[in-house]
Amino acid sequence: MGKITDALKSGKILFSDGAWGTFLHRKGLTPGECPEEWNLSHRKEVLDIANSYIKAGSDMIETNSFGGNRYKLKHYGLENKVTVLNEAAAGISREAAGNEHFVLGSVGPTGVILMMGEVSPEEVYEAFKEQVIALEKGGADAIIVETMSDIDEAVLAVRAAKENTLCEVICTMTFEKTIDGDYRTMMGIGPDEIISPLSKAGADIIGSNCGNGTEGMVEILKIFRSVDKNIPLIIQGNAGMPKYLKGKTVFLESPSETASFIPEMILNGINIIGGCCGTTPEHIKEMVKEARNL
Amino acid sequence: MSEILEKLAYCIEFGKINKESPYPPDMKGQDGADEYTKQAIDQGVSANDILQQGLVVGMQKVGVKFRENKIFVPQVLMSAKAMSTAMVHLKPFFQSGEVERKGKFVIGTVAGDLHDIGKNLVSMMVEGAGWEVIDLGVDVNSAKFVETIDSNPDCIVGLSAMLTTTMTNMEGIVKEIKEKYPAQIVIIGGAPLNDEFRSEIGADFYSPDPQGAIEYINALT
Repeated sequence: MGKITDALKSGKILFSDGAWGTFLHRKGLTPGECPEEWNLSHRKEVLDIANSYIKAGSDMIETNSFGGNRYKLKHYGLENKVTVLNEAAAGISREAAGNEHFVLGSVGPTGVILMMGEVSPEEVYEAFKEQVIALEKGGADAIIVETMSDIDEAVLAVRAAKENTLCEVICTMTFEKTIDGDYRTMMGIGPDEIISPLSKAGADIIGSNCGNGTEGMVEILKIFRSVDKNIPLIIQGNAGMPKYLKGKTVFLESPSETASFIPEMILNGINIIGGCCGTTPEHIKEMVKEARNL
Repeated sequence: MSEILEKLAYCIEFGKINKESPYPPDMKGQDGADEYTKQAIDQGVSANDILQQGLVVGMQKVGVKFRENKIFVPQVLMSAKAMSTAMVHLKPFFQSGEVERKGKFVIGTVAGDLHDIGKNLVSMMVEGAGWEVIDLGVDVNSAKFVETIDSNPDCIVGLSAMLTTTMTNMEGIVKEIKEKYPAQIVIIGGAPLNDEFRSEIGADFYSPDPQGAIEYINALT
């Protein structure tokens, strides 16, 4: 495989995948079950998710390893399985992606708060290091550090990936709209403030994921571009805000609604588009179609 | 209000833990919540006044600023840390019954959900509002909630959920609590929730921020 950043040089828009978590639950993962454990116990189901995104037109797919760090896995008594679970995660996505598509090893937050002093930055770095090495070994082309809200934790994860693997590194953070109308992570940092520290740490591609739906993502994209004209940007929004209908949580932003924001994203300098919670292969398919029609 | 309690409230508001703490930078080297609480006790200020006119006043400002997005999670955590440092000195007065709290608040993240940041914020801020908090942790099932209500009949219950997939568990927990204790007040919070969801599952109150929850439960007392 070549590099994602090289593939973007021609100006081509690339597509990543949609949700994994909500997809796993649709396949029977129960709340309280460890999603990463499914890489061993339900390999076929996880592979099926990866395949369905490739089929939908994704140029790159993630891995089922979002919570695959020792802090999160400890909740399930699986903190000693970091390597085997992440290697399996990358292996599954590699199988689906073949050699034509990129595999992005997913790395989510540890859930511990650095500033509270419960854990040291060195310990958090070590945890990310352990995870990214396993993801690379399992076949990941890039590491995607995602859904971050604390810039210090994000920087540690990006550095761990850059310094211990040959993978390209992507980093996305999750912003919410404040009552003043600007965007901040829950830890208080804005889109305009993250590009410099993340680039310095070694991130090749920066962006935003999750949040409140695709519309807000366009505004966040504009802020990113006002700060940096050149850095490759990725946006992976939720399919709107979740709604509770008859005992089930549903995301109401339809594939065509999500796809309707594509022209504006391209106009504002997006490079990679995908989805987060509630987005499906159908969402990806519609977005790819919309982009091709432009 | 005495000057020392004003200073204590200020330390809580801005997260000044003690003299050694480097945070916030503009208060470096000054006394913090730890020192002022000790001084106040030594000066004979009642523990009740320290709680009500120092800690509660400071935390209330934190809650309002957080709701207005003027401050974010890190600042709240520093304030909560300052508050818990002060609380250590007040503990004997709670145990002796000299300080009366507003009531008991039982909180937990619902079964299947392991997220604790939001739950901890609410837990600390409710404590800072003068309540006794019983924190059941994360992944708490309905049996555990019911059992805790059994032994704390006058409590108010708070449920937290971060995941859309565990919102559904919230419904079951509210149902089981209300089945055994129809008059039990249950309030809910968490990123994917809203008031429509609250009414659907039969909970009593939803707040998008900790301060709203505090104002609601304070009004019940």
